[in-house]
Amino acid sequence: MSATLGTLDRRAAVKALLADRGDLLVISGLGSSSYDVFDAGEHPGNFYLWGAMGGAAMMGLGLALAQPKRPVLVITGDGEQLMGIGSLLTIATKQPGNLSIAVLDNGHFGETGMQLSHSGLGAKLEVIASGAGIRSVSDIADMAGIEAFRTSLRDVGSGPRLARIRIAAGEVERALPPRDGAYLKNRFRAHLGFAVS
Amino acid sequence: MDQIAVHQDSATSTDWPVAIYRTLKDFGVAQLSYVPDAGHSKLIKLSHADRAIKTTVLTTEEEGVALSAGAWLGGDRAVLLMQSSGVGNCVNMLSLMASCRFPLLTLVTMRGEWAEFNPWQIPMGKATPQAFEIMGVTVLRLDNPDDAEEVISAAASLAYDGDQQVAVLISQRMIGRKKWTKETH
Repeated sequence: MSATLGTLDRRAAVKALLADRGDLLVISGLGSSSYDVFDAGEHPGNFYLWGAMGGAAMMGLGLALAQPKRPVLVITGDGEQLMGIGSLLTIATKQPGNLSIAVLDNGHFGETGMQLSHSGLGAKLEVIASGAGIRSVSDIADMAGIEAFRTSLRDVGSGPRLARIRIAAGEVERALPPRDGAYLKNRFRAHLGFAVS
Repeated sequence: MDQIAVHQDSATSTDWPVAIYRTLKDFGVAQLSYVPDAGHSKLIKLSHADRAIKTTVLTTEEEGVALSAGAWLGGDRAVLLMQSSGVGNCVNMLSLMASCRFPLLTLVTMRGEWAEFNPWQIPMGKATPQAFEIMGVTVLRLDNPDDAEEVISAAASLAYDGDQQVAVLISQRMIGRKKWTKETH
C-alpha cells in the first residue's frame, strides 16, 4: 500500500511559505527541512535543527508559549514528525494559537536512503493531528494551498494548525545551514532582543 | 497564585514541594512540563494553579527536553518534572541541549532505590545517575527535605546562569513508601 504521492517541489513550497515572513519565527526539523529553510533565505529568526529527531514540534511549542504574540512555524518532514507523534497530543492540550506545523510529506525517510515511511505506507498525519485535537488541519497538494496556509500563519489566534504538504520524493541538492548550535541559539535570542549573557 | 494559598510561614520540613515551588518562582521559571509522578503531585498542582507558569503535560519525557529548549529560545525559563523511570527516554534529546548549550533543569523523583516494592522500577532507577551523566548532565541529590531550597537554588543557578544541564534526583526516602496493600510490612 502506498499513499498518493505528492508533486510539489519542496524548495519552491518552503520558499513560498516563507515569503514576506514579517515577524515569523521558524524551527526546522533535521535533514532536508533544515536545508529547505536555509535555501529559502538566511534569517536570524530561523533555528535549524541538525539532530534531536522528533523534537521540532515540541521546540515550537516551547517557543510559541514564550512568545505568544509572534507567529511560530515548525517546518519538518514526515519522518521527523512521526518520531515525535505524541507531541501533537501535547500541543493540542495547550492550544497555542500562534503555532503552526508544516509537515513536508514525501512518504519517505529521505536522508537515509529513501525508505518508505509510515506516511508513505498509508498513515495520514493530518487525520492523526485532528484526532489529537489540533484545531486546524489541512492536506495541501498545490501552490494555491501553500499560499492559503501562508496567509493563515499571521493570525496568532486561530492555531494550532498542521498542514500536511505533499511534496515530490526526488533528491534535492543539499544546502547546508550553520551547524554550531550555540551560535544559532544566541543569534535567535538576539533577534528577539535578549542579550548574550 | 490563585486557588492554592502558599504562605511564607506555612512551610515545614514536610512541605518540600512548596519550598521547591517558591524557589522556582524566585528564579522566574515561566514554563513547567511534566510526566506525572505521585511524588511531584503537589508541585504539579501548585503549577497548574499559577497563571504565571505555563504548565504542560507530556506524553513522554523527551518532549519536555525539547520544550525547555524552545522556551529558552523564546526567553522563558523552564523546568521539567519526571520520575526516574522516564530518564532513559531522554537520552538522545539531551544532545540537543549539549550541542546548543541550552540550560536544562529537571527534577526527578526516584523509584527503585528505597523500600521499593516493584522490581520493574529498579533497573532504570539504578541506572538513572549514569543515564544523565553519559550525556553530560550534572546530577545533584536532594535527600533531606530541609535542603530543598538550597539544592534547587544551586541547580537553577547552574542551569540558567551557567548554561548547564542539571538534574536533581529527589530521594525516594523523602517521598515515602508507596502503600500497595492494607497490610503493613
